[in-house]
Amino acid sequence: MASIRLERLTKKFGKVVAVNNLNLEVRDGEFIALLGPSGCGKTTTLLMIAGIYRPTEGNIYFDDVLVNDVAPKDRYVGLVFQSYALYPHMRVYDNIAFPLKLAKVPRKEIDRKVHEVAKLTKIEELLDRMPGQLSGGQQQRVALCRALVKEPEILLLDEPLSNLDARLRIETRAEIKRLQRELGITSILVTHDQVEALTMSERVAVMHQGVLQQYGPPDELYDRPRNLFVASFIGDPPMNLIPVEFKKTDGKPALVTDSFVLPLAEAWGEVLGQMDQGEFTLGIRPEDVRLSTEKEGNALLGEVFLTEPLGGGTLVHFRFGEISFRVLAPREIKVDVGDKLWIIPDQEKLHLFTKDGLSVREVGRQDAH
Amino acid sequence: MSSGDPKRTGRAKGYLQAFLFLLPGLILILLFFLAPVIITAVMGFTNMDYRFQWNFIGLGNFFRMADDFLIPKILINTLVYTFGTLAIFNVTFGLILALLTTSISERVGLFFRALWLLPRFTPPVVYAAIWLWILSPTRNGLLNGLRVAMGLRPIAWISQFPWGVIIITNGIIGASMGMLIFTSAIKAIPRDYLWAARVDGASWFQEVRHIVLPLIRWPLMFITAYQTLSLLTSYEYILLITQGGPFHASEVWSLYAYNKAFSAYAGTYEFGYAAALATVLVLIGTVASIAYWKIFRFREMMAQPRIEVS
Repeated sequence: MASIRLERLTKKFGKVVAVNNLNLEVRDGEFIALLGPSGCGKTTTLLMIAGIYRPTEGNIYFDDVLVNDVAPKDRYVGLVFQSYALYPHMRVYDNIAFPLKLAKVPRKEIDRKVHEVAKLTKIEELLDRMPGQLSGGQQQRVALCRALVKEPEILLLDEPLSNLDARLRIETRAEIKRLQRELGITSILVTHDQVEALTMSERVAVMHQGVLQQYGPPDELYDRPRNLFVASFIGDPPMNLIPVEFKKTDGKPALVTDSFVLPLAEAWGEVLGQMDQGEFTLGIRPEDVRLSTEKEGNALLGEVFLTEPLGGGTLVHFRFGEISFRVLAPREIKVDVGDKLWIIPDQEKLHLFTKDGLSVREVGRQDAH
Repeated sequence: MSSGDPKRTGRAKGYLQAFLFLLPGLILILLFFLAPVIITAVMGFTNMDYRFQWNFIGLGNFFRMADDFLIPKILINTLVYTFGTLAIFNVTFGLILALLTTSISERVGLFFRALWLLPRFTPPVVYAAIWLWILSPTRNGLLNGLRVAMGLRPIAWISQFPWGVIIITNGIIGASMGMLIFTSAIKAIPRDYLWAARVDGASWFQEVRHIVLPLIRWPLMFITAYQTLSLLTSYEYILLITQGGPFHASEVWSLYAYNKAFSAYAGTYEFGYAAALATVLVLIGTVASIAYWKIFRFREMMAQPRIEVS
């Protein structure tokens, strides 16, 4: 097994900067995810770690050994492609055996290892088939086998679940996580699907336009997004983000828009009062809000515009002028369009971002340094 | 009206429509492919000469062919030329060019491929003239000039190496066809396969052997079959560079037929005998096509149409 360290990693394709000055550490045996929208540089990063792309600048270390100039075949990396890339002219058995054959492993040994890994992923009965005869889920397992059979020190997964149907995706998600735990192999998952990233990995690196936005455990990304991008990207249904102005009316702190005034807790008043600006973006997760027919504490009166039953609960849409606002209501609460309800945000779970898109908490932390 | 089964008339109408769509192509094939073959075959049973008389002499031309002392020599020349050029240049060298130019940077690769295509744009006579200069037996030829500069005696290249000359001169130009087809086939391989092979531990050679070659198997077989047929019937560079000489040493079947029909050195214009020779070549080509079709299992390459035509 190995730890991975990326240092000031940059990749340019002509004038396009695909990955920009990326610093990232993966601990030995850790499972992390690179998460971001398409074109954010996550696959490019993965291919640099695999040795297929050369970094334009910066360094890649495996266990503190610089591997920039090491050929892919000497990196002891297993890679599962989004397309699976199973060699179409080889049987499943030969696909899995291929890395061992190239490494000149004796035939008996190959046979043993292929069957062992096939048993691990439950595809033993498919070994004689051609890849074209397999379903997507089966191909995915074969690809995983081929990556694992040479017992790599690092497992790289490029969108391994995106070609599977929804149900299979959930099963395979758990399956890969189980395998990773069992084998204790350092793994990097590339995905655009936040659920995949948050459920499977110990830490998630959110990337946007080639730049690392935040790197931390799923809870941290969810509870304390460092900036507006992470706040808007993580969470489903997404966080409500509303441009507001901070004002004190009658000595009481409040966030003001053209359409509503939200009174703030004193603690927030103190934090925001110290800042040298008055304009912020308010972030509230739909699930961090209570709905009530009576006014309680710092609340906001709204009229229900639309309801979306989600099964486990109801997504309630409010509209304040131009601003739309979503609240996730538990299913016990019956809500109808046109109802007037008090919206009571959990003041401790409010997120406020400066004009530069940085979390106010983050600004405070930087001041403290 | 007592029209029959409506289903049946519908189908008949469908066939008529299909036939009408195929008709322009059929006319072209009939006019330019089938008609010449038939005329040649019929002419092969006459002793037609410069007087253009259709005197049928039965199998006379074919008996003559069996007795023609040159035929074994011509046949060997043809086989050596066809399969030598094919094996060394049109397939192997074309493949090497395609592999090398797709392994280096795109711009450099494109440059070399364009370079290799240049002879295709050059008029054959100019191309042949360049070779005549390169191979000239005098000390003014390119190769002999180099030999003389190194203190060696000039060599009469064409007389000494007639097979080598016709294979090289045709192969240099012929390799570009395979190069083009193989290049596009290699580029059509999803790069994930190649990347996966690299991560799996393949060197460049292993990548080529285990991934690229199996995946361009159809183009490889197609070029082999196609170039066999086109080499069997080609003679223009041989005519221009060696004239089939010295004394039939580089004369191939198609050139022999040409010489019988049009060349003054054969005496009279023996259209009848030449046509019989050409007919045999057509038969050889047909047999080769069928053999390739069977050996390479080309039927497997074809897919059923996705749409139904009623």
